[in-house]
Amino acid sequence: MYVAVKGGEAAITNAHALLADRRRGDRSLPALTIEQIAEQLGLAVDRVMAEASLYDRSLAALAVRQSRGDLIEAIFLLRAYRTTLPRFGSSVPVDTAAMKVERRVSATYKDLPGGQLLGPTFDYTHRLLDPSLLTDEAIADPARKEASGDEIMRVSDILAHEGLIEPDGDLPDDHAAGDLTREPLEFPMGRDLRLQALARGDEGFLLALGYSTQRGYGRNHPFVGEIRIGEVEVEMDMPELGFPVSLGRIQLTECQMINQFKGSSIAPPQFTRGYGLVFGQSERKAMSMSLVDRALRAEELGEDITAPAQDEEFVISHSDNVQATGFVEHLKLPHYVDFQAELAMVRKMRADIEATRHADTEMKDAAE
Amino acid sequence: MDLAGNHKALAEPEQRRRCIELLAQTSCDELKAAWNGLSEKPTVKPVRGPETGLVMVRGRIGGGGSPFNLGEATVTRATILLASGTAGHAQALGTDKEKAWLSAIFDALWQEAETRNFVETALLSPTESRIAAEDRQNAEETAATRVDFFTMVRGDD
Repeated sequence: MYVAVKGGEAAITNAHALLADRRRGDRSLPALTIEQIAEQLGLAVDRVMAEASLYDRSLAALAVRQSRGDLIEAIFLLRAYRTTLPRFGSSVPVDTAAMKVERRVSATYKDLPGGQLLGPTFDYTHRLLDPSLLTDEAIADPARKEASGDEIMRVSDILAHEGLIEPDGDLPDDHAAGDLTREPLEFPMGRDLRLQALARGDEGFLLALGYSTQRGYGRNHPFVGEIRIGEVEVEMDMPELGFPVSLGRIQLTECQMINQFKGSSIAPPQFTRGYGLVFGQSERKAMSMSLVDRALRAEELGEDITAPAQDEEFVISHSDNVQATGFVEHLKLPHYVDFQAELAMVRKMRADIEATRHADTEMKDAAE
Repeated sequence: MDLAGNHKALAEPEQRRRCIELLAQTSCDELKAAWNGLSEKPTVKPVRGPETGLVMVRGRIGGGGSPFNLGEATVTRATILLASGTAGHAQALGTDKEKAWLSAIFDALWQEAETRNFVETALLSPTESRIAAEDRQNAEETAATRVDFFTMVRGDD
């Protein structure tokens, strides 16, 4: 017989009040503002936007505050919020070649049009804790230098002229871009859907998988062709006018990973590519994404599938941290009835074994 | 986006596009200030919104290949009618409904001959100049982080 149990309402209410108290912390300290989080913890905000798959700096900052800095909780909050909104339409595909670049580096070409632009990077810092940040010391304005105005050419276009690198990924003309927020996942999937899943995938998971390819689990000899960070226009059709207009700009990080490829029965030796595109500033994520994108193209390129990073169903099914945390964390919710049932079963199994052993002993005794 | 001053050479639809795009980049405070600066407040009838929804932002595989869905962004839009029958539209990233409402009004006022200049001088030109200045500053700050390679001369002579 199944008996429904109720209870815990007062405990839950009080637990939430306690959470609100602990979130606020010491009242003698000023409360964080959303603007402070967006400005000073910008990369945490970027990660929440990327993995929630919703670009809105203010809402992501609110989610960071509400979650006490638990970023997966913040991602969950923002994902939940997006389900309350209607979709007005899709943008014109963003043009990353026209990006207002604030960082652009290439590991394959030293001198390239537009140059190596380091931008605001942690690279080349010594990773020593900086005591000056214990206080609010004045920060000098950044240096300025006249901009060359050169076009910041995409590295993939440079190699493309020699025909040594595969072109940008083209799917058949009649292929409509898949949308995993509208259709259930089915395997195998197109590269478009994979990229959508990877773009919202957990940074840590993709980082580990990308790392695994470097250590030999599906090795694909990568070079960073280019990383660029900056703002692009988001344009959407305005039906009343009959042409697209810009809604404003968003910041993106793009990674073009170039991979050595010895050729296969299908393709000649050339450089192949993995692609990463992420909301906000996150080159670790964009690089990991492009490594995993390339690894997941194993079948397309006629490579042996031997490693976890090449297994599409494994990677895509486990890359979403909201799904993952939901299933892992549900284990802490009451399973009293399930557990009672299992307990009863284990007791019965034990009793059965005891009974059999007892019977065996008696038979043996009788025989002797 | 066009540099300040060049817009008068644009065809009418391009000018309208410029107007809507600049209004999308204008802050709500700037719009409110311009509204308060209007000597005669127009009668405005809401047609749609202001309402907040999502736009699915698309990228291209490899940067220039087939489109894929990257992720969504919040967008807020509004459509209004002036008493004259002129319709104004606005859509901009974010969730600011008051901004969308005011932007739609100013889009309509821009289409009216007698208020076009006001919208241009109070909103469009200042926003255009602000964006150009911000872009220039960012480009110059980035340019200062450009690596100048030099070759070390070995002392083997």
